[in-house]
Amino acid sequence: MSLRVLVGVKRVVDYAVKVRVRPDHKWVVTDGVKHSMNPFDEIAVEEAVRLKEKKIVSEIVAVSCGPPQSQETLRTALAMGADKAIHVEVPAKDAELLSPIHVAGIIAKIAKDEKIDLVILGKQAIDDDSNQTGQMVAGLLNWPQATFASEIVQADGGLKVTREIDGGLEVIQVKLPAVITTDLRLNQPRYATLPNIMKAKKKPIDKKSPADLGVDTKPRLEVVSVDEPPVRQAGAKVANVEELVQKLKEAGRI
Amino acid sequence: MQVASSLSGVLKSQQVAVSLYKTAFRSATSATTASKTAPAAAPQRKEQEKSQPKSSPASSGDGKPKVAATPVAAKAVRDPKARMEKKAQDSKSFVANLFRGRAVTDQIFPFPSVLDDEQKDTLRSFVEPTNKFFEEVNDAAKNDETSKIPDHVTKGMAELGAFGLMVPQEYNGLGVNNTQYARLAEIVGGHDLAIGIFMGSHQSIGFKGIMLSGTDKQKEQYLPKLATGEHFAAFALTEPQSGSDAASIRSKAVLSPDGKHYILNGQKIWISNGGFADVFTVFAQTDVKDDDGNVKEKMTAFIVERKHGVKSGPPENKMGIKSSNTAELYFDDVKIPVENVLGGVGNGFKVAMNVLNNGRFGMAAAMAGTMRNVIKQSVAQANTRQQFGHLINNYGAIQEKLARMSMVHYVTESMAYHISGTMDDGGKDYQLEAAISKVYGSEAAWFTTDEAIQIFGGMGFMKATGLERVLRDLRIFRIFEGSNDVMRLFVALTGMQYAGGHLRELQKALKNPVGNLGLVVNEGLTRGFRKIGIRRGDPSFGDLVNPALKDSADLVSHSVGQFGETVEALLAKYRQGIVDEQFILKRVADAAIDIYAMTVSLSRATRSIKEAKNTAGYETKLVSTFCHEAAQRVSQNLGLTRSSRDVANFKAMSELAQEMCQQGGVVQEHPLGF
Repeated sequence: MSLRVLVGVKRVVDYAVKVRVRPDHKWVVTDGVKHSMNPFDEIAVEEAVRLKEKKIVSEIVAVSCGPPQSQETLRTALAMGADKAIHVEVPAKDAELLSPIHVAGIIAKIAKDEKIDLVILGKQAIDDDSNQTGQMVAGLLNWPQATFASEIVQADGGLKVTREIDGGLEVIQVKLPAVITTDLRLNQPRYATLPNIMKAKKKPIDKKSPADLGVDTKPRLEVVSVDEPPVRQAGAKVANVEELVQKLKEAGRI
Repeated sequence: MQVASSLSGVLKSQQVAVSLYKTAFRSATSATTASKTAPAAAPQRKEQEKSQPKSSPASSGDGKPKVAATPVAAKAVRDPKARMEKKAQDSKSFVANLFRGRAVTDQIFPFPSVLDDEQKDTLRSFVEPTNKFFEEVNDAAKNDETSKIPDHVTKGMAELGAFGLMVPQEYNGLGVNNTQYARLAEIVGGHDLAIGIFMGSHQSIGFKGIMLSGTDKQKEQYLPKLATGEHFAAFALTEPQSGSDAASIRSKAVLSPDGKHYILNGQKIWISNGGFADVFTVFAQTDVKDDDGNVKEKMTAFIVERKHGVKSGPPENKMGIKSSNTAELYFDDVKIPVENVLGGVGNGFKVAMNVLNNGRFGMAAAMAGTMRNVIKQSVAQANTRQQFGHLINNYGAIQEKLARMSMVHYVTESMAYHISGTMDDGGKDYQLEAAISKVYGSEAAWFTTDEAIQIFGGMGFMKATGLERVLRDLRIFRIFEGSNDVMRLFVALTGMQYAGGHLRELQKALKNPVGNLGLVVNEGLTRGFRKIGIRRGDPSFGDLVNPALKDSADLVSHSVGQFGETVEALLAKYRQGIVDEQFILKRVADAAIDIYAMTVSLSRATRSIKEAKNTAGYETKLVSTFCHEAAQRVSQNLGLTRSSRDVANFKAMSELAQEMCQQGGVVQEHPLGF
């Protein structure tokens, strides 16, 4: 097989950052906050690179939708082993209103344009946790989908995918072209080495806008409010059951 | 990282420093030599001789270092003209010019910002995977425990590109500049100093000579495999009998009768990476004919391959940096092709000095990285540990520690990036700054880690906390690459040499033999110096420093003026005898270190204010606080060099030490009498 693979990579607030709500309560603070590639997308890139190493894949195209800084994320994908990249630039202000349906539209269009045989996406992004894009891409393209993959092997002219489902594993066979979304245990992604980062600089990044692809990114959802979870009230120690009962009564709980 | 220099660096750089110390001595001498030989100086000669130290350095039998004073001095006397005509070099170095009482700010203001957007992007993309590697793949505690760097770590580092950071891309390296290197050195320093030594001994000194002094052919032959970690390098200078005095190395390379090889015999000790390196930069004596046809031994650098016949001993057992390999090397009729001479026959000393000078900033950067992580741990402890009903971060005792840690870290970081920036900007005059950064960085990191352990209390003493390993690893940094004691002498004497050279020039400018140094000194310092153009009074930093830091800038101005004045007075008083006044030189060096520390911090904080950084307010407060104390120290240290009471105290200490040495230990009777 010599498949052309598209991997989606999203630039998100780094998993180790303790996020803070923005004063306007419309999103979290992103200025000056460390960002990195969505961890599930790293797994997607890694899987594509491994499939390429096994000669199942011939070319890997990394795609990212987002602000100019998304290029850094694409560079990481290129350094990990993607062959070329497409940056669909969306200004930072609009990017936070971009929802799965928009991104799915963009990916589906690029998949057609680039004659892609296999789309591998992270099962969800760690910022909005939507878990919808892969499914929507499959729907828009009318391709089979294999979500939450924990193992992918070549079989019978298609792919045999092991899926992590509640209470166990499900093995399904998909025909190509197909859409796969990755789960945590699919692989352990490599880190980009410095020489590969240097080499990645020479790989091409195409820049496009959603309009170039004929995708309308007008928001269909409105963010009403983003809030911190309520802070847990401090507890108090009581000496005995009597005191506990009394305090609960005072608090009006019993 | 430059961290490194091998353990051999311990002595190796001392050698360099002391040899320079000789050079410095020479010129300190020459200033007075000139005055001595000037005919009209006769009336003053007596005065000068009176104020000279009683024993000349060459003949002193008091155990003080006896540098090769006599021949040099004698030569200068023989040929005063040559001395006089040797032009004093102009240096752009801030520190060198301090010794003339001048604030030469070209290299220090504005704070260098050398990376363009692309270089910044590249570096940013390097930082993440490097950090990840050290956090997820390498285990410093385990390496320490086993005294070994596991193969998968070495292999991972090779893949990461960590062995050829500054090697040009055409030779398989990453081609990063000094500033980018410093940033990566910080990461290594923050995680595993032993790995830092492994990396630094390889690329910062092991094959740096090939990069700096190698021919294209040598570079093509060696760099590609060294850059990828297929081969490893080491730097071999130190020998059992040759510690601080590089000139005394005994390894000898003799040209074979057919002229195709050098035959090398000798032994090296404390060579980092010595046990497994494939390529060595080895220093040995060779016979060189001088202009008069006399054959003399001069040091030459060679590229020696293990397969030429180098044998190595077992790994040394050390206090810290345990997983870095340190071993002896033996050369028994090792045949080195003549093409492997590095930097020309007889130029070995220059090669060695160049390598070391080039690498010091990286050590400061690594130390800054160590401190950054140690400070993070300390703050986490202060923020969570409760005692007496409050978090300990409420207590002044802890707050002072944290603030001081932050200040010395800021200074070290500023020095490291000032020097790397100066180098990347093409500056050449940074050797004194580099030497200071080595001294300051290693002491700041020691202080910071020691205080961190104190903040942790008993937990700090436990292995599991991880700080005791850092402290053990850090200890060597004050010793190798030129021990801090010798580096202080190097700073003071090189600076004085520079100032002395200018004094000589100025004498000449007067075109009046009466205007020699001795006379000027005796006729009244201030008037004389002002006449011949030495700046008196405090230099001004003008608009260079942000107004928010004006008070601190004034303190520095005053310190610089004070410093120049003190150096003049010391040179006038001690002349060549100054090289033996180590008690005084140490204070002079400490003052120079503090003044450079203040200035470089002011420069950086000014940049932060100008760029409206979020932390500009914090930095302003930090730098002002630091300068307030540093200026007091400068004043005190300089005062100590000139007050007769303090100088007498130094003499007393010298005598106490001598008596101890005679008695073989503690001198006084035990309080119980037995």
